[in-house]
Amino acid sequence: MDNNTLNIRYEVVAKDFSRAGEASSALKKVLRKLNISPDIIRKVSIPMYEAEINMVIHANGGYIDVDITPETIHVVLTDNGPGIADLELAMQEGYSTATDNVRELGFGAGMGLPNIKKYSDDMKITTQLGKGTTVEIFVNIPA
Amino acid sequence: MKIREVAKLLNAEILTGTDYLDEEVYSAFACDLMSDVLAFVDNHTILLTGLTNLQVVRTAEMMDMKVIVFVRGKRPDSDVVELAKKKEMVILTTELPMYPSSGILYSNGLGR
Ligand SMILES: Nc1ncnc2c1ncn2[C@@H]1O[C@H](COP(=O)(O)OP(=O)(O)O)[C@@H](O)[C@H]1O
Ligand SMILES: [Mg+2]
Repeated sequence: MDNNTLNIRYEVVAKDFSRAGEASSALKKVLRKLNISPDIIRKVSIPMYEAEINMVIHANGGYIDVDITPETIHVVLTDNGPGIADLELAMQEGYSTATDNVRELGFGAGMGLPNIKKYSDDMKITTQLGKGTTVEIFVNIPA
Repeated sequence: MKIREVAKLLNAEILTGTDYLDEEVYSAFACDLMSDVLAFVDNHTILLTGLTNLQVVRTAEMMDMKVIVFVRGKRPDSDVVELAKKKEMVILTTELPMYPSSGILYSNGLGR
């Protein structure tokens, strides 16, 4: 690890919807302390929050690794949940397998993955049925 | 418009954030679907909603929204108010439903 990289790991607890978003909130605080601009912070926080919620409602929690350099913020969310059968379908706006009780809480509109794509500079999903899903979020920090 | 005026216009009770009532707000977003808040909010400062779970505060935090107004007389649990307090947000609760709340703020110039 070189001196210019900050690595942080967060655990995401399974099945506890009330705690979903704690990691995104904690990272937001770190990015503020690093004096990163609010626009860039939002580009990281919104996708990470969407992906963190997905880990709780669609998988069994997991962990999040964040690497921050002066040029980029890279967030990797790893779960060992059920995986995604049809990634292309899951990426479509409005597609959701969320349960009614998740909907009652205001989520599960099928906008999460499209939203991650919209706000981040780049995203990458690797998924294997029965094994789990890894979502990567890339955001550049303009000089 | 100052947050103080928002509270007054909606005849709202202030559950936390009395220190920030003189701060200015410029626009509002009214919605019970947090997914849509995450997808469509763009520099709005007030969230009007009838949902009261913890994720409403988290969502507002991610969107840099400063004020949450719970409509239809909805009252959040104390953990929701506590989290908002920690995040230096203002929480208001009004007896008015979503439509009149939005109409009153809009016709008084908020977000126009
Ligand atoms: N981490 C994950 N593990 C398993 N399935 C997932 C995961 N993230 C997303 N999905 C699947 O992709 C669908 C679309 O996700 P998203 O766009 O965030 O919508 P929503 O969360 O509202 O359902 C989900 O309904 C779910 O079927
Ligand atoms: Mg989602």
